[in-house]
Amino acid sequence: MSVAEKIPVVTIPSPKRPVRRNGRWAGYWHLLWARLLELKREPEVVFWVFVFPLLLAAGLGIAFRNKPVQAAPVAIVSGAAADRAEALLQRSPRHASFKIDVLDESAARKGFRLGKYDLVIQPDLAGGLRYLYDPARPESVLARAEVDDALQAAAGRKDVVATSEITSSEPGSRYIDFLIPGLLGMNLMNSGMWGVGFALVDMRQRKLLKRFVGTPMRRGDFLAALLSSRLVLMIMEIGLLLSLGVIFFHMKVLGSIFTIVLLGSIGALCFGGVGLLTASRAQKIESVSGLMNLVMMPMWIFSGVFFSYERFPAMAQPLIKALPLTALNDALRASILEGTPLVHQWPRLLVMALWGGISFVLALRWFRWT
Amino acid sequence: MATAIQCRDLRKTYDGKVEAVRGLNLEIQTGECFGLLGPNGAGKTTTIEILEGLLEPTSGEVSILGHSWRENERELREWLGISLQETRLSEKLSVRETVGLFASFYREPRSTDDVLEEMQLTEKADAWVGKLSGGQRQRLAVATALVSNPKILFLDEPTTGLDPQSRRQLWDIIGEFQGAGGTVLLTTHYMDEAERLCDRLAIVDYGQIIAEGTPADLIERLGGHHVVEFAISGNSDSAALEIWQELPSVESVREEDGMVGLSVREPHLTIPALLDAIDKQGHQLEHLTTRQASLEDVFVRLTGRHLREE
Ligand SMILES: Nc1ncnc2c1ncn2[C@@H]1O[C@H](COP(=O)(O)OP(=O)(O)OP(=O)(O)O)[C@@H](O)[C@H]1O
Ligand SMILES: [Mg+2]
Repeated sequence: MSVAEKIPVVTIPSPKRPVRRNGRWAGYWHLLWARLLELKREPEVVFWVFVFPLLLAAGLGIAFRNKPVQAAPVAIVSGAAADRAEALLQRSPRHASFKIDVLDESAARKGFRLGKYDLVIQPDLAGGLRYLYDPARPESVLARAEVDDALQAAAGRKDVVATSEITSSEPGSRYIDFLIPGLLGMNLMNSGMWGVGFALVDMRQRKLLKRFVGTPMRRGDFLAALLSSRLVLMIMEIGLLLSLGVIFFHMKVLGSIFTIVLLGSIGALCFGGVGLLTASRAQKIESVSGLMNLVMMPMWIFSGVFFSYERFPAMAQPLIKALPLTALNDALRASILEGTPLVHQWPRLLVMALWGGISFVLALRWFRWT
Repeated sequence: MATAIQCRDLRKTYDGKVEAVRGLNLEIQTGECFGLLGPNGAGKTTTIEILEGLLEPTSGEVSILGHSWRENERELREWLGISLQETRLSEKLSVRETVGLFASFYREPRSTDDVLEEMQLTEKADAWVGKLSGGQRQRLAVATALVSNPKILFLDEPTTGLDPQSRRQLWDIIGEFQGAGGTVLLTTHYMDEAERLCDRLAIVDYGQIIAEGTPADLIERLGGHHVVEFAISGNSDSAALEIWQELPSVESVREEDGMVGLSVREPHLTIPALLDAIDKQGHQLEHLTTRQASLEDVFVRLTGRHLREE
């Protein structure tokens, strides 16, 4: 028989009069509020979650902004026929797209080797021209084609097919349009993993989790508050990045804000779950940092944050598409840039739900409070 | 009187190697202030955390207010106030926010401001926890325990690191809590604290209770209420210890660093005889003090070691 059974249940008058009664959700709201206060008061959090992605977007957006193609630097080897070649080029209607230098052969070749010239034109003895170019350098190939075209036309070639041109650099197809949804996805992953995982291990290390468990706090409420704090932050992250895109880069957001926020919530919860799992047993900040980088690294590379994952071999595509960040990035791009409704995106939503859901269930099973 | 805390044959082995608690029995009545006293690594924290339901014992039974942790955890949590030996509360929350957060977990907590006032933290109510001194943090930790309006207060080394004045304040608060019908279980290294605060205490060493009783009881068990300590010129070999044992009213003898300590019932009988004996041996008396026996003496007597020895 256990000790507990032998002793009668006793009730002792409380030493002091209680002053208030707490409702069912008091703990949850206080935990959420405390978490948000802590985040707000942590300058590092404000920087990494809000300022850093904005700087990144602004920096990359400016670096890769679409600018007019520069004049191709072309060298002509000096000699008898050099003047004629230069004159022909200058007469061409496209002369503005070349920058021509005339110099001796060794200087021209040296300049070409160093990347100073895209193309070297060497008049030969028979009155023809020889191009020196590098087939592995796109700008060199381009310069060759353009120069040849200009020279032939200037020398009197007749074009047999009538062609005309339209140029396109509409918002929606530029690099910044590709980049901002990707950054948003990456940011949701980073802050979800760190915001949940790091916070938990930190509290475990400080014995604060143990102290909480020593109260009647509902453990589910605690985790729910932690994930909810992520949702609040997510809305701010989306708002900031999209405003940056719209205001400074004249990005066009085609999907509804509601859809985008819903997607963001699913993404934030998904990575919250993964973060929870990553942090479910670690005792030290150092060990969880390594683990989180290990989990996030493949997604930084493969999930199409900065460039399209279509460049990876076809064999790897199914694996890449099964990553939660790929699903989130694709879904965000489809919603923001094309206005694709959520119902058409269910495979992506499923990928995220599975990652988040399975992680959450496993995390609850393995979680260590002490 | 009803039993507040009971445990029987409690054992805890960490990782199958470290036997931190080995067969510990306790029975603490409601309204009592009970102390666990022992050197570093004795197993005090392990014991108190098992009683708090935060650690699973390797074997043994625990009952709190007649309930077991397995069956009634949630209800029990409402009734306990806990302060762990080492908790680092969130540095970026204010004192009031921290206590308010803990209060929100309980059905019927006390008013945050009352508790802050009681713990003399009102002045610091809006300061961030990170900006508090060590002693103020310690008081805050106790405040988070008191705000639950508990029936039992578990305090693991509540006064370590406090200045003498703050310690006395905390003693008063514990006394008040007890006066209102609360039960207290605390651990400490400090003898004076145990003597002053505890109705009963247990001395723990290597995971076992080596003595238990009221402070006066334990000192009584030492055999004498007084300690006479002296040193003499020349080397007193250990054979000489027996001579001291023969002196009138001497209960026990020990030697340490050339100082001989006698546990004595009636010093006025012992001291003249002692002086005579030293004279007869041809030694010079170099040092002589008498004082009241303390728990420290009890501990040294029982284990041959000092309590604060690292
Ligand atoms: N988590 C743990 N894993 C392994 N061994 C542990 C663990 N916690 C405590 N111990 C060991 O158990 C023994 C008792 O430790 P405990 O913390 O209970 O001592 P204590 O009496 O509270 O000491 P102190 O006065 O220093 O606080 C020690 O030898 C300690 O090394
Ligand atoms: Mg301890």
